[in-house]
Amino acid sequence: MWEYSDKVREHFFNPRNSGPLEEANGIGDVGSIQCGDALRLMLKVEPETEIILDAHFQTFGCGSAIASSSALTEMVKGMTLDQALEVSNQNIADYLDGLPPEKMHCSVMGREALQAAIANYRGEEWSDDHEEGALICKCFAIDAVMIEDVVKANDLHTVEEVTFYTKAGGGCAACHEGIEEILAKVKAERAGPGEVSPPPACPATPEAPRPPSAKLTLVQKIKKIEEVLESVRPMLQRDHGDVELADVQGKKIYVHLKGACSGCMMEAATLGGIQQKMIETLGELVQVLPSSHMPVEA
Amino acid sequence: MTPIYLDNNATTRVDPAVVEAMLPFFTEHFGNASSIHAFGSEVGKALKKARSQVQALLGAEHDSEIIFTSCGTESDSTAILSALKAQPDRNTVITTNVEHPAILTLCEWLEKEGYIVHKLKVDKKGRIDMDEYKSLLNDRVAVVSAMWANNETGTIFPVVEMAELAAAKGIMFHTDAVQAVGKIPIDLKNTKIDMLSLSGHKLHAPKGIGVLYLRRGCRFRPLLRGGHQERGRRAGTENSASIVALGMACELAQQKMDVENTEVRRLRDKLEKGILSQVTHCFPTGDVTNRLPNTSNIAFEYIEGEAILLLLNKMGIAGSSGSACTSGSLEPSHVMRAMGIPYTAAHGTIRFSLSVYNTEAEIDRVIEAVPPIVAQLRKLSPYWTDKGPATNPEAAFAPTYA
Repeated sequence: MWEYSDKVREHFFNPRNSGPLEEANGIGDVGSIQCGDALRLMLKVEPETEIILDAHFQTFGCGSAIASSSALTEMVKGMTLDQALEVSNQNIADYLDGLPPEKMHCSVMGREALQAAIANYRGEEWSDDHEEGALICKCFAIDAVMIEDVVKANDLHTVEEVTFYTKAGGGCAACHEGIEEILAKVKAERAGPGEVSPPPACPATPEAPRPPSAKLTLVQKIKKIEEVLESVRPMLQRDHGDVELADVQGKKIYVHLKGACSGCMMEAATLGGIQQKMIETLGELVQVLPSSHMPVEA
Repeated sequence: MTPIYLDNNATTRVDPAVVEAMLPFFTEHFGNASSIHAFGSEVGKALKKARSQVQALLGAEHDSEIIFTSCGTESDSTAILSALKAQPDRNTVITTNVEHPAILTLCEWLEKEGYIVHKLKVDKKGRIDMDEYKSLLNDRVAVVSAMWANNETGTIFPVVEMAELAAAKGIMFHTDAVQAVGKIPIDLKNTKIDMLSLSGHKLHAPKGIGVLYLRRGCRFRPLLRGGHQERGRRAGTENSASIVALGMACELAQQKMDVENTEVRRLRDKLEKGILSQVTHCFPTGDVTNRLPNTSNIAFEYIEGEAILLLLNKMGIAGSSGSACTSGSLEPSHVMRAMGIPYTAAHGTIRFSLSVYNTEAEIDRVIEAVPPIVAQLRKLSPYWTDKGPATNPEAAFAPTYA
């Protein structure tokens, strides 16, 4: 069974604002019964102020789909439409104290329903470009469609490159076979029967950071390491954790994981993600290890 | 409130008598059966007894036809890979599209390796077409692998007849019988089945022990090579405590076979009727006239299975579901899709699987608990109105995208 937070359970067992809303003037329907998830969001908007006076939902779906819908209605009540459009799927997940990676799509559906309902109120057309594939990387919640798109757009050929561009495969590494299969499939399509694949014309892609030409001094290196830790800190803090640098010994970087991060089941994945960033930033292969692995001074 | 466990096709509790039988093999009888001293020979005798207990439940002709493995999956992989390796001139596997992933995932990998896999289709009750099956039997087929009983619906395949048809063409026959062993009578010596997989934890033995039955004379290549254990057919020091436990569990299963097919069946039927008579827009899946006595799989339309399970769990009732969300995949169960169960129902399938430990009072409690749970979720569903399902559910709910 999934590890749902208490908040998810609570919203599932006691959903707020469920059922039809008679006076709704903005309705968003997303999902379908085929997918196993369908959400109708109904908003009652005050025309003068564009404030959402009431929000209701009807959902066909699993526990986290119902909890995400319930959370969404609570979150947007009292907001103006412009404020509501700022609500991201991550905000919905955070409101529920997190969702399992396989269930993040429930929060995405919530955000889409919100966009659809607001578009409906404003008389706009809303179309979605979101397509979901089978979940490949469970550490970073990256699905097959996303990996395939990035592989095609950037002409990627190795698992390392895929990890570099999408993070997929940067944690426990169990999905590398799955990533290799996607690479093989794209490669086969590129070759195509009797077709020559065009040379990759100046790709409109983020440029891969080049390894710094000169070797870094230790001080420069530690500065860069601190920058990387600084950049991941907000993500960890959102999960009630934190990280700090303990020591640097050659190619080994020791860090303290603190708060909710220490002893967390995702510790290996977190360190893997940080390590990937370190390698990108420093331009050299380094290992990021928990401070508990530091050699004891003689 | 004591919890009610109706998920015995997933795993079972280890019978207290089984625990008692196995415990000494962690402590005083810890020896290695291969050793010459007394510590080892005690264990050797116990393994021999366990082997004959398994032999008796399966109706195998010889006790040497029983090979202990680590689980049902290992037995399945060993059987199919052995058949291919031992007959290099044959490159085809016939199976069905409702098998357990232990078979299907292996077959997908075999296809990538260049082998040919034919998956038999099933009809809306989960039955295969014997004419299609017959038409596929030829001298390129290395092995047929068909489950004895389906884990989701309990539907029983005619494996005895299928094995005879295969044997007539000189083709090996394997059956994944992890759900059938201990629930319905099996008498292998009077069949043409060459290989059979079973798993201890499905019949009140612990997890981590399985068996591959291998008919004497069936050509074989081991999966694990090393020591001489299991006559060199499965190397690795014997898991003696679990083997003893499985032996005991098989003996108990044989004693309780009648109860399983009378009392357990009666309770299952009562549960199913009790739910179907109170809840509209739901139906049992699979072949209800030919299935395991302990399994009932009911599809509830317009609601989703995981949500049902969470609410059942809150009432202390454990079941399982074929919905996509329960497994984290994007599609509902392959078994439900193979039977052509509409999406409006496939996401809402719930499997109740009983054991001899369930009581009448428990079943009464479940019959009482289910209808309000279904009503509660339907009230939340955009496909449902006060009066029943939206007249045209697909039109009533018109998403901007699908």
